[in-house]
Amino acid sequence: MPISDVSGRKVWQLRSRNEQLARWAMWLVGVAIFMWCWQRISEATTWVFVWDAPRIAADMGARAWPPRWSYMSELWVPLWDTLNIATLGTLLAIIAAVPVAFLAARNTTPSALFVRPVALFIIVSSRSINSLIWALLLVSIIGPGVLSGLLAIALRSIGFCAKLLYEAIEEIDPKQVEAVTATGASRWQVMAYGIVPQILPAFAGVTVFRWDINLRESTVLGLVGAGGIGLQLKSSLDVLAWPQVALILIIILLAVLLSEWVSARVRGAII
Amino acid sequence: MTDTALQARIGRKWRKPPFVKNAALRWSLFIVAAIYLVLAVGSLEVNWERVSEGLIRGWRFIAAFLNPDFTTRGEDIRDGLIESGIITIASTVVGILISVPIGLGAARNIAPLPVYLVCRGIIALSRALNEIIVAILLVAIFGFGPLAGFITLSFATIGFLSKLLAEDIEDMSRVQAEAVRATGASWLQWINYGVQPQVLPRLIGLSMYRLDINFRESAVLGLVGAGGIGATLNTAFDRYEFDTAAAILLIIILTVMALEYASGIIRARVQ
Amino acid sequence: MLRLEKLTKTYRTGDKALSAVDLTVPKGQVVALIGPSGAGKSTLIRCINRLVEPTSGKVYLDQDNVTALSSAGLRRMRRQMGMIFQEYALVERLTVMENVLSGRLGYVGFWRSFARRYPQSDVDEAFRLLDRVGLLEMADKRADELSGGQRQRVGIARALIQNPKVLLVDEPTASLDPKTSRQIMRLICELCAERELAAIINIHDVALAQMFVQRVIGLQKGVVQFDGKPDELTPEVLTKIYGEEDWKETARSAEEAAE
Repeated sequence: MPISDVSGRKVWQLRSRNEQLARWAMWLVGVAIFMWCWQRISEATTWVFVWDAPRIAADMGARAWPPRWSYMSELWVPLWDTLNIATLGTLLAIIAAVPVAFLAARNTTPSALFVRPVALFIIVSSRSINSLIWALLLVSIIGPGVLSGLLAIALRSIGFCAKLLYEAIEEIDPKQVEAVTATGASRWQVMAYGIVPQILPAFAGVTVFRWDINLRESTVLGLVGAGGIGLQLKSSLDVLAWPQVALILIIILLAVLLSEWVSARVRGAII
Repeated sequence: MTDTALQARIGRKWRKPPFVKNAALRWSLFIVAAIYLVLAVGSLEVNWERVSEGLIRGWRFIAAFLNPDFTTRGEDIRDGLIESGIITIASTVVGILISVPIGLGAARNIAPLPVYLVCRGIIALSRALNEIIVAILLVAIFGFGPLAGFITLSFATIGFLSKLLAEDIEDMSRVQAEAVRATGASWLQWINYGVQPQVLPRLIGLSMYRLDINFRESAVLGLVGAGGIGATLNTAFDRYEFDTAAAILLIIILTVMALEYASGIIRARVQ
Repeated sequence: MLRLEKLTKTYRTGDKALSAVDLTVPKGQVVALIGPSGAGKSTLIRCINRLVEPTSGKVYLDQDNVTALSSAGLRRMRRQMGMIFQEYALVERLTVMENVLSGRLGYVGFWRSFARRYPQSDVDEAFRLLDRVGLLEMADKRADELSGGQRQRVGIARALIQNPKVLLVDEPTASLDPKTSRQIMRLICELCAERELAAIINIHDVALAQMFVQRVIGLQKGVVQFDGKPDELTPEVLTKIYGEEDWKETARSAEEAAE
């Protein structure tokens, strides 16, 4: 907290002059970058459409309402598929994530120099790529269908689950592990008695949390052909059947709310 | 007395008390889960011929990962990346600017009830709507281009940041805030001195995290025409140009890694 | 009988925690290990069952050289050394019974322990021990539902079900109130007498140690400074171990305890 002398009087300032200048320069650069970004977006936009947007939105709304309720009969099977994609995908992911997490955690990895970086790379790659892109990739490799969606969800979730799990493993109480080791337990017994009970709540919490996210994501996988209710959404959008789109969006919203409620209840019961 | 209690136990089998105490409930949970799994796996329609065909392509894709092609579509990749970056930065900045007042409004301990309800409503809406679906609707309204992507991600950022910010404010230390209020500070001064110092470090950390998420999301918005690298990626997959696709995915992974690393440093510095 | 020969531990940071400690504890004797924080008490105990690998020196339990054992041999050796910890170190989310039975892990195979199918003799012994420490009714409670004193009793039962020859006790009373501390110390000493166990007890509270044990060892900077009966702890000795302070009160309470 610098105090400068201004004509014989001491003046207090929060920051010195150079700090102040550096701060202003940072703000200036920040604002300049943002303005440049905005300019680029603005260049790529047809503003006539944008000024027209309220009218278009109102028009779309008018055409979409009322939703075509009778279309519901065709949505039950895709909904069932969506649920399966989310649930089975989460199951697969969590099964694969457990060993990865143990290899990635500093206190359980067999080799911090060789194995841990590999495990961390698996986690980062899986997390960086959106499930929709995984789905795109899988559809192009093994063809459209529920299986692609399921694997896409699983591939995306491995990194997420493994990351949260390995953080939980690194935070366990080492004394409990030490105590089990001191009884003469083998390596696997130490894991089963000293480590697993400590991370079990995190494990259950992560699974349910990810299941909730996965249900949301699996509703749109159909857009790239990977099964579920997104397929109906895409075909309805393609033929501009707005009343059907409206119904599907309502269903998706309900499904999301329901899954959030279920996951909150289950997490409450476990922890 | 303990003698009889002990005698009653000696020689008896011991079982770990089950997690779900009620035996009937426990078994029915098991059975329901088993039936669900059988039905779900049974309803997977897998075209094994197509899958085995795909394995060859999958192998080609993995090979492509080892030998990615950055140059053939170099210009498309560059333009897509720049657009993704622009959308990411612009939407994160705007998202933060809007989510701060909404976050303040959604914290029960500093906002009056009507404001609280409105802000919580906005947050709930933003969280319930999947980014891709919002993007589809916005593309339909505003036309193709980065503007739709920008608005989508700004909206999603609001739901994410405001919620966490509000929770942070609700958890903050009452004493510090009260001490500032006791000096006779106005509402704005109170927020500035009593609340801001407590939540700012985490807000910065969360903003960095959201920047990271927005970049990942911006990579898929292109799939529905909302600008960014996703469009390039989609084309690459459609043409089975796996080496170009691999190049794009590698760039995404590396960028996310770099962002995560940078946000780790920044978070360590502000906390 | 437990015998340490020139046991030395130097940490990778260069800190010398133990330097050439020689010590023999015969069967049935309870030894209190006192000394300031950082004197190497806890390192000494952990070097005996090699939770901390000693740098040099030897540990013998009866005729066996503990320091020469391979990892499988070490596990068998650890079964013979029960350990009791400062903050109980129970596996919090397991039941009391599972915690006690975990003392048998060295004796049963992995799948058996994983399925919680312990031999009936182990189960019976676990109930007997729980009864002995007064927690029979708590068997199916989760460990984190117990009070501090109760948890330490479970810790004692876990160590004893190993059927050990030696007890290694690390600050058993550091997180307990004075009354519970005495009860726990009394329990440990009684059990050692009943089963003729050799025991080394790390302890901060000198007066408490003097009340219960037959022999006190003072450790300072990894070197044994005192080895004798509790009533030989004079202010001069305490000054040598802990440094300058008014030790009259402590020394006098030792005399009272000795009477």
